[in-house]
Amino acid sequence: MRDFAYLRADSVEAARNAAALPGAMLLAGGTTLVDLAKCGVAEPATVVDISHIEGLDAIDVSAERAVIGALARMSHVADHPQVKSHFPAVSEALWQAASAQLRNMATIGGNLMQRTRCPYFRDPQNFPACNKRAPGSGCSAIGGVTRGHAVLGVSEACIATYPGDLAIALVAFDAEADLGDRKLKVEDFFLAPGATAEREHDIRPGEVITAIEIPGSAAARRSTYLKVRDRQSYEFAAASAAVGLELEGDGRTIRDIRVALGGVATKPWRARAVEEALKGKPLDEEIVRKASELAMEGAVDHGANHYKIALAPRVIARAILKLGETA
Amino acid sequence: MTVHEMKHAASDSARLEAVGGRLSRVDGPAKITGAAHYAFEQRLEGLTHAVLVGATIAAGKVTAIDTRAAETAPGVLAVLTPDTIMALKTASDWFGTPPPDRPYCPLAREVTFSGQHVAAVVAETFEQAVAAAALVKVWYDETPAIVDLSDGNAGDGIAIDAMTKEWGDAEAAFAEAPVRVCAAYNTPREFQVAMEPHGLIARWQGDQLTIWEPSQWLDGMARTYAEWFGIPFENVRLVSPYIGGGFGSKALALAHSAVAAAAARMLGRPVKLVLTRPQNFTSYGGRAATRQTVAIGADRQGKIQSIVHRGVNETAVDGMWVEPLGSVTSIMYATPNFSSKQNVVRVNTVVPGAKRAPGENPSAFGIECAIDELAYELGLDPLEIRLINYAERDPHAKKAWSTRQLREAFATGAEAFGWAKRSREPRSMRDGHQLVGWGVAAGTYPVRRAYGEAMVKLLSDGSAEVESSSIDMGQGTYTILAQTAAETLGVPVEKVSVKLGDSRLARAGVTGGSRLAGVMTGAVYKAAGQALDELIGLALSDPRSPFHGLQANTLVVKDGRIASPRGDGPELSVAELMGMLGCEKIEAKGDTVPASFTREQRYNNYTTIAMALPHTEGDYSRHSWCAHFVEVRVDEDFGTVRVSRVVSALDSGRLYNPKLAESQWKGGIIMGIGQALLEEGIVDRRHGRIVNGNLADYMLPTNADIPDIQTISVGIPDPHSSALGGKGVGELGIVGVAPAIANAVFHATGKRVRDLPITLEKLI
Ligand SMILES: Cc1cc2nc3c(=O)[nH]c(=O)nc-3n(C[C@H](O)[C@H](O)[C@H](O)COP(=O)(O)OP(=O)(O)OC[C@H]3O[C@@H](n4cnc5c(N)ncnc54)[C@H](O)[C@@H]3O)c2cc1C
Ligand code: SF4
Repeated sequence: MRDFAYLRADSVEAARNAAALPGAMLLAGGTTLVDLAKCGVAEPATVVDISHIEGLDAIDVSAERAVIGALARMSHVADHPQVKSHFPAVSEALWQAASAQLRNMATIGGNLMQRTRCPYFRDPQNFPACNKRAPGSGCSAIGGVTRGHAVLGVSEACIATYPGDLAIALVAFDAEADLGDRKLKVEDFFLAPGATAEREHDIRPGEVITAIEIPGSAAARRSTYLKVRDRQSYEFAAASAAVGLELEGDGRTIRDIRVALGGVATKPWRARAVEEALKGKPLDEEIVRKASELAMEGAVDHGANHYKIALAPRVIARAILKLGETA
Repeated sequence: MTVHEMKHAASDSARLEAVGGRLSRVDGPAKITGAAHYAFEQRLEGLTHAVLVGATIAAGKVTAIDTRAAETAPGVLAVLTPDTIMALKTASDWFGTPPPDRPYCPLAREVTFSGQHVAAVVAETFEQAVAAAALVKVWYDETPAIVDLSDGNAGDGIAIDAMTKEWGDAEAAFAEAPVRVCAAYNTPREFQVAMEPHGLIARWQGDQLTIWEPSQWLDGMARTYAEWFGIPFENVRLVSPYIGGGFGSKALALAHSAVAAAAARMLGRPVKLVLTRPQNFTSYGGRAATRQTVAIGADRQGKIQSIVHRGVNETAVDGMWVEPLGSVTSIMYATPNFSSKQNVVRVNTVVPGAKRAPGENPSAFGIECAIDELAYELGLDPLEIRLINYAERDPHAKKAWSTRQLREAFATGAEAFGWAKRSREPRSMRDGHQLVGWGVAAGTYPVRRAYGEAMVKLLSDGSAEVESSSIDMGQGTYTILAQTAAETLGVPVEKVSVKLGDSRLARAGVTGGSRLAGVMTGAVYKAAGQALDELIGLALSDPRSPFHGLQANTLVVKDGRIASPRGDGPELSVAELMGMLGCEKIEAKGDTVPASFTREQRYNNYTTIAMALPHTEGDYSRHSWCAHFVEVRVDEDFGTVRVSRVVSALDSGRLYNPKLAESQWKGGIIMGIGQALLEEGIVDRRHGRIVNGNLADYMLPTNADIPDIQTISVGIPDPHSSALGGKGVGELGIVGVAPAIANAVFHATGKRVRDLPITLEKLI
């Protein structure tokens, strides 16, 4: 039997100490950790259960900022009235993720730490080569089944898609992750594979995410998350966009716009080129569609995922135009 | 044959308990409260756990297996390899073909597909077995695999002459036809994906083997176990009272079944082996991938002159599966010239198997898309072209239909759907960003018939029991057999208990091909009639009976009370009467087996499919029929397809329980939606391995993908199909759904997608 030690942390301090132990992994909702342990991908020596730490599930939202505790459940955040009114894209990203059962278990901290759905990554028995799992072993996906793989931010080492939804909205609105001793932009918290596919997050041994902070803004208030996928529910994005929009007083000219992409990149992908191209421009379908194409600069496909290059800009454009229609 | 008129048939079908009544599932409460125990939930003393090790290559030889680390791991009782597992005998196939006299080894030395079992670990706990299985090291000598039909080395395959159907001169007539369409239609490897995985618990007591295993065919599987171990059929008991879905996959004892039963014998302890979800994609076959070309030639009025059809399905390197692709093609439309031929191609896969409507389902995808293409070619309405070419009799068997309510299905379905309001042109209907399309397709499934047996007992408290080794995997066997017995015996339905799923009970053949309801209602009707006759006989002849000496030659039983038909004389409850007679119980085993059958033939009737009656036996051709009307919405930017409305009119003959029939039809339609839009076993071509063998990545529809589905019964009792007039229900619903959706997608977008599933990248 694969035995492991189980520790229950009752404070963040205790969790940090335990997390520093070699082979330690935190357990929050367990929906990623238990799943990966079953696949044989995660083999923790020590499981540090943080789910009982009090106060870490607080959700505090005002027009200025949202502070969401790492243990807040996805479903609670999605349903929170203030989140819905000040950060609709965050709520929408959450309720379109996973399934109701998973959302009731899963936490915000765990959500940021979820791993890629690359089927080769998840099947070590049959596919030993995977740079993300075993650095230097190669990439089984390249040359294989790549329909779900990334077209942006890929490297020769890894083309795995970042699968989550919430982080796309967080990146669009400049959210920060609170790691206790340091805070960093969620955008910087996620790392593109480069030559070190095994490093997905800028998190060090002994660090624990305690909260997510999202600054309020007019764009966050007028925001949406559009997720396109083969089936209507319970599937990761083929392509998704978190978009926020602020218009000038004329109700037509774009003052501020935020665009981030999911389902197409190796990390939550901020599409700054699209934002820059649209700032100061009128909200016009032609202009929006054309600008949205800029998101795909540098895209590289591996055959079966080619469709994403055409799809993603259309998702962005639809999301922006949809926001334009809502007064 | 005549339809046996049930006493209340016409007038009383509003009564829940009557045959034809909408009684809810009688097994429902047990399932909802957890009282229903499934195969893997048996708690046995000394139970051990087996876990399989699967091949990581698709073709080659196992050159060595190192079991040392696994053997010394905690809790491990045995590590089985081809060298150490006990020798079994080869069993006969499901036709009862006598097996070759050679040993059978369920663990492979020669690997012919990825995931094939090469070793197994048995341990005290499941977790120990899982951990030790990961320690088993296997070395291979890998050889090139043929991964699928499009593999460069796949070739044309083997011609299956038995599938050839020809009349007239099809090729010449096609070449001369003024209007022609010809296209290729492909369906991928699909899987049954029952919620309950495959697996079993096996226990030996001396030479007696008990198997708890979800099963669509207890008698057939018991025969296989008996032959593997060289023990008498009677020594094997299979128990399967509840099944969490089968869809065709659970009718046979498989390699993993043999491993568990052999391990139990070797260890002298019961063994539980449950396949993991990924193993459920590699341990038995789903629907074979298929390729068809359909060429139709017609005159300018749309009358078909010729159909030329060529089909191919994949099969395994070491097993044969023929998915009859010409089955619908050859009967749906009238044509003076016809040719259908089929090949199978061996690829490195587990041998494909039955999935809901094997044959008819992919066959309908080909012909029902092709006829739609012909309609557009001619500028005809897709419904109109189907009526122009309506087959008044079976064009292949050249026999009259027993019943064919397909015209009624078209008319009723079209009316309920509002088909008349359809605009002809593709891409002519929209709602915002959604392109809207309407499509129609027909479906059919043959009426498979067989002989059945049932035990009916009338007990002294006036209650009744029905016993059969047939099964209920959710279709409603418990319920309709209770209804049949209640009505025949004249006792209230809540006084009837039905016992199924134990091979010690009255025998039953396979539950497959939508035959069970027809076979078993007939057998129960007969057995219950015999029990009732015996009761009435006793009541009239026994001196202790109050009816003794009454000038009557029969009595009537209704609502559990017995009286003379004229109402004179006494009236009392069946329980009171049995008390007076001093009668504990009346047992009647009834069957519909011909009296001329030998013991051997009876055995084969239940343990093989060789004795089934052809659907074209005698003067008639017997089939169920349906027409599906579908509305889809396709996002013009994203290519995503959602089905927004389904209206289906179906002819399953007489319905024994409309509520349950509707559920089965809807289940089939939902499965058809998945097939059309989502389902596909995706193979990594370098490794010949399915990479989406799990429920997160193998896409099945969720509730959010399923719109309101309206089903309408247009059937009439069919006296040639079954004792009580029903035809098939379970498989019919899925047949024709995928082409109806593909046709609707064409109407919405102007794009013809001939490769299932219709995923967004094909439309973007
Ligand atoms: C079938 C399926 C479908 C899914 N679909 C979607 C989807 O469509 N969209 C989507 O966004 N997500 C989806 N998910 C992912 C799901 O959202 C994550 O599994 C979930 O958010 C993880 O949260 P958890 O609390 O259960 O994490 P856990 O499993 O408890 O932990 C996950 C990881 O995060 C680490 N961790 C947990 N908390 C902290 C912390 N506070 N600080 C540092 N590290 C921490 C753990 O050590 C572990 O490595 C799906 C998951 C499944 C299983
Ligand atoms: S894409 Fe990345 S995660 Fe997938 S196999 Fe390659 S290295 Fe591993």
